[in-house]
Amino acid sequence: MAVVETRGLTKLFRGGQVGAVLGVDLLSREGEFLVLLGPSGSGKTTLLRMIAGLEEPTSGEILIGGALVNALTPRERRVAMVFQSYALYPHLTVHGNIVFPLKAQRVARADRDKKAAWAAGLLGIGHLLGRKPRELSGGERQRVALARAIVREPSVFLLDEPLSNLDAKLRASAREEIEQFQKRVGTTTIYVTHDQVEAMAMGDRVVVMNQGRVCQIGTPRDVYDDPADTFVATFLGSPPMNVVETEKALVGFRPEHLRPAGTISAAPGALPISFRFSHEEYLGAERILYGWLEGPPFHGSKAIARVPSTWSRRLTASEPAAFEVAREDLKFFDSETGRRRAALALA
Amino acid sequence: MNRRRQRWLGPAMLLPAVLYVIGLVGVPFVLAFFYALGDVKVGSVGWHFVGLANFRSVLENPTFRHALRNSFVFTIASQILVLVGANVLALTLKDAFRGRRFFRFLILLPWVAPVSIGSIGWKWILDSLYSVINWVLVRLHLVKPLDVPMWLGQPTLAMISVILVHTWHILPFATVILLAGWTAIPKDIPEAAAVDGAGYFRTLFQITLPMLLPIVNVALLFGIIFTFTDMTVVYILTRGGPYDTTQVLPSLAFFTGILGSDLAEGAAISLFLVPLLAAVAWLMLRTARRAEVA
Repeated sequence: MAVVETRGLTKLFRGGQVGAVLGVDLLSREGEFLVLLGPSGSGKTTLLRMIAGLEEPTSGEILIGGALVNALTPRERRVAMVFQSYALYPHLTVHGNIVFPLKAQRVARADRDKKAAWAAGLLGIGHLLGRKPRELSGGERQRVALARAIVREPSVFLLDEPLSNLDAKLRASAREEIEQFQKRVGTTTIYVTHDQVEAMAMGDRVVVMNQGRVCQIGTPRDVYDDPADTFVATFLGSPPMNVVETEKALVGFRPEHLRPAGTISAAPGALPISFRFSHEEYLGAERILYGWLEGPPFHGSKAIARVPSTWSRRLTASEPAAFEVAREDLKFFDSETGRRRAALALA
Repeated sequence: MNRRRQRWLGPAMLLPAVLYVIGLVGVPFVLAFFYALGDVKVGSVGWHFVGLANFRSVLENPTFRHALRNSFVFTIASQILVLVGANVLALTLKDAFRGRRFFRFLILLPWVAPVSIGSIGWKWILDSLYSVINWVLVRLHLVKPLDVPMWLGQPTLAMISVILVHTWHILPFATVILLAGWTAIPKDIPEAAAVDGAGYFRTLFQITLPMLLPIVNVALLFGIIFTFTDMTVVYILTRGGPYDTTQVLPSLAFFTGILGSDLAEGAAISLFLVPLLAAVAWLMLRTARRAEVA
């Protein structure tokens, strides 16, 4: 087990024209489940591949367990990786796939078989050992890939969107399984995903990336409740945070914090907001209300409110409704840079 | 109406191919058996059954036995060279580099150029008097001007020349097939092997080559058929000489049956190709069924 650290890690493609990863500083904790989250093209997979040793950094340092590994091959880094495609060896059986890393380490046959049985048992695929990958379902393939990754007890696990090839139902159970599994083996894990639900549900900490840079590192609660900039604020959450322009700064608040007047009992009082309704999505447990904010300081900005469907009042477009946001739920961002800034007094 | 049309459409579409195979492969094949079991010569009338006399006479002929051996040497040696060469070329041409398209085109040239033109070029390159190879060797002082190798005039050298020229000719075909095979292996697989701790050779021999095997088989089986039944290179370069030392079965059958006008014996010689080609065809069908690059 080991911690992974990157210092100013940068990867430029096409002779420096395109930056995939730009000066990333990252420090994992021992046994942590660290999730790299970002939209496609944010550099998260490239970052993971550099840690694995599959991609050579343009500059910067990678340390695993405190040792500089830039010059080491993937094999010398003792990391295990699960690919998005699983990358199982199609001509080998499940057993052949699982023992391959051990063979590469020249582990004796008896030991190999014992460890393979252990890994297969851990993932519940003991009955599949004689099959070829093409005879397996998506979920089974994913388990084989995981078994192949853990069998030699690596110091770090790297997972590149391992759930994206599963159907929605299977994904939820596999998510839970990977999480439990990681807790059990306790190996430092770096997990790449573009799915914020996965990131929030699984990560001890989440690294939000955009355009090759790290926007914020924090617990799921941190990044959701205290976004460092407007990108994190709007990337996380569905529907995303309302970010509206005022004269002095950008003001953000989550749709669930924009509530019908009179439902907040928070101490510092609430900011009254006049909400002009446009249309609504009824999602069963909740209602998503779309509309505009009227009157100062938000004149005319679009906004979304998320109210429980137990609040059953019908809204009409003709008449603005009285809504409010607790002052502590307002987040302020710099109008120029989009970074978080100190709270301001609003009218 | 619709269903009836469907029932006839399939066979109707297949018919030209079946007729073609029957007319151009089946009939000559049956004819060859008739010839081999009779006493037919070019221009002779009538046919008399002679049993296995032709086969017996062929087997007693040292030239035939030499040609049979040559056929195997020719095929095996050139296929080994082709497989190694094509793999090296395919691995080189697989990755992007400047001018890759141009090099791919160059490599393909020997295959797309008519074999007669290529072989005539080689005939000059290997000529006893005007050989550029010998000219270079003499200038480099590697051989004496009056003691140059006779590339097509000495039995062993002639055989080597024939093998190398044929290899040169069919190498592009195998390269293209293997290139397709290498390209079909997802990039993730060798990367996974690298992360799993496998070095270059372990990845090559335990992962990528086994995945490539069905395609290597296809290249090999085609290569064997192209080589075992080929007589162009021998015919143009050496005409089977010197003293029939580079004869292979197809060229010997041609020289005996057509040029020597002994149709019966020519047919008997060519029928010796059948068992081997049948075995290759069977292997081919089996490989095609088993091909399982996921």
